[in-house]
Amino acid sequence: MKLKGTQILLAALEEEKVDIIFGYPGGAVLDIYDQLYKSTMKHILVRHEQGAVHAADGYARATGKVGVCLVTSGPGATNTVTGIATANMDSIPLVVFTGQVPTGLIGNDAFQECDITGITRPCTKHNFLVRNIDDLASTIKEAFHIARSGRPGPVLVDLPKNVMAAQTDYDPANIKIRNYDVAYKPAPKKMANVFEMLNTAKRPLIMVGGGVILGKATEQLTELARKYSIPVTGTLMGLGSFPGTDPLWLGMLGMHGTYYANMAISHCDLLLAVGVRFDDRVTGTIETFAANAKIVQIDIDPSSINKNVVVDLPIIGDTKATLTDMIKFLAEHNYAQTPAERQEWLGQIAEWKEKVPLTYCQNGKDIKPQHVIETLHKLTEGNAIITTEVGQNQMWTAQFFHFDHPNTFISSGGLGTMGFGLPAAIGVKCAFPDKQVVDIAGDGSIQMNIQELATAAQYNINVKIVLLNNGYLGMVRQWQELFYEKRYSHTDMTYAPDFVKLAEAYGVVGLRATKPEEVESTLKQGLSLDRPVLMDFRVSREECVYPMVHPGDSISNMSLGSREMIN
Amino acid sequence: MEKKEHIISILVHNKPDVLARIAGTLGGKGYNIESLCVNTTTQYEISKIVMTTAGSQETVTRIENQLQRLVDVISVDDLTNVESIHREMILVRLNLTSDKKEQIKKAVDTNKWKVIVSADAYMILEITGDRSQIDFALARLAPLGIADITRTGIVALNLEN
Repeated sequence: MKLKGTQILLAALEEEKVDIIFGYPGGAVLDIYDQLYKSTMKHILVRHEQGAVHAADGYARATGKVGVCLVTSGPGATNTVTGIATANMDSIPLVVFTGQVPTGLIGNDAFQECDITGITRPCTKHNFLVRNIDDLASTIKEAFHIARSGRPGPVLVDLPKNVMAAQTDYDPANIKIRNYDVAYKPAPKKMANVFEMLNTAKRPLIMVGGGVILGKATEQLTELARKYSIPVTGTLMGLGSFPGTDPLWLGMLGMHGTYYANMAISHCDLLLAVGVRFDDRVTGTIETFAANAKIVQIDIDPSSINKNVVVDLPIIGDTKATLTDMIKFLAEHNYAQTPAERQEWLGQIAEWKEKVPLTYCQNGKDIKPQHVIETLHKLTEGNAIITTEVGQNQMWTAQFFHFDHPNTFISSGGLGTMGFGLPAAIGVKCAFPDKQVVDIAGDGSIQMNIQELATAAQYNINVKIVLLNNGYLGMVRQWQELFYEKRYSHTDMTYAPDFVKLAEAYGVVGLRATKPEEVESTLKQGLSLDRPVLMDFRVSREECVYPMVHPGDSISNMSLGSREMIN
Repeated sequence: MEKKEHIISILVHNKPDVLARIAGTLGGKGYNIESLCVNTTTQYEISKIVMTTAGSQETVTRIENQLQRLVDVISVDDLTNVESIHREMILVRLNLTSDKKEQIKKAVDTNKWKVIVSADAYMILEITGDRSQIDFALARLAPLGIADITRTGIVALNLEN
């Protein structure tokens, strides 16, 4: 049967079980949008193409499925770049379709032409320019396969206008694509090595990263840790891969990690790193990172191994397959470490937890941002999907919202993209309309994609925004306070819109709290409404995120803030 | 860490942009390509890229891993640590000015250089060899007055699979 390119695109998306597209029309994709008009495919019209990519990204992080965007050529395409780079750094599977000028005009500086495959080459897992209608169906299939296989990532497909208008035969049952060899199963001999290392270890520690969530290995990870009483810490991307309320959980490690997680890293004698890439925000100075430990690293991507930290035992494999093999091997070989033998190590950790718990100082006068997050956790009983913006709001969320489940903490980790949280929350809510979805935001970040309030209002996408409004670019100000003698160069954001009025102008409910006693009632009211709500919490202006490892310092060396915080 | 030259042989799918992807991956990660040779293999849809880069073994392993991540890359082999042969080629144009003419003809005979074009006013030589042979030839040619030169990147092949 002969179909037009635009029809093939939509048919292929159905083949891939795509149920929603986030997009924005324009000249080069008019034909595709005309086809969309005639189809039943759900499409969310965002207000900026960056928002489309973050929304698809939020959808992908929450569901584990591939997120899909559709934008026009030229500026439509370039506006997606920040979103694509965000997904690329965190290995999130996306397929981004961009319009392109007709093939005959490519290279001629046509209206709204840009070389988007050239621009996105370094920030996609792979990209395609479809030059021939006969390649369209297989390219789409390949794009989805590449996006979700191995270490996932974003794939861009550039669609010239004339190719989409051309016709060809479409037979979904007979599309052949290349296969990609990815090492899913770890080498069996590695299990014996891990067994030996665990057997001699007295102070083992597990460190989890985004690879555990992407690899859907949280069940195996939890079983391993609980069965053998091995404490667990995690990177920002690893939050939710082990229950945050479990006594074995030490919280996040690294620059704003807990005291006890960072101490455990520095004192452990065996570090089992699962699905992590040892980012500099996690390790501090490389030389002192886990200096007393043998390190085992499990990762599906060989390029993540020995990149930043040199490890003793690299295991290349899918996190789920590897942990499953490991659990089996340990059981078969009667790995003998009983909880009793672990007592000394766990006792030491308990001591650290008691000495410097994760806490903050309430003064009864100002709203403390940490208090807002704790109250949100209490009111939702932890049953919410949380997105964040980037900066202090993100770190306090990581510290004070104890994530028990995978795919419930949605945050731009690697790239650190301000403006991520609101559109990501919209994408999450589209996937889970019955779940409470909350964007914990800062007043700086929220303004970077504030236009997406219109998207939420138009479709009544019932997301909640908890705005921790301190009138500063808080994290940059914190660095200026600590390392630049309080020269607050261009970080004061007091000149801002009235966020309640702004929300109302967009057709979103706006609420405000200015006193600590209003926090709970405001949250209760906001969470209970069946509409998108922006809650403006006027928080303590110069609150800092602690603990803090100074950049370039060892992670065992932390600033803990004011004395009363330590107690 | 000892830095040395590595010759890396890469098999790739002969797709648009594949060279740009490889060059961009290395450039973007801060690694330098020092010489490069690309052409199709016996199969048109598969190309072989031979490139040289300098670095410690750790750096080169990282480069190999980064290249392996690329969807169009089929295999990456470091030919430095296995037995392999290496060749480069130069094409040289020498102007046959009256004062150098005899000297040039003598040098060509002595060194058994291959003359591929011979005209009244100039001649073009084709010289292949490993790097030291090419460097040696260039040292000999320099005083004779090189009008123009093209030098390929290294091509290399391992002796056994």
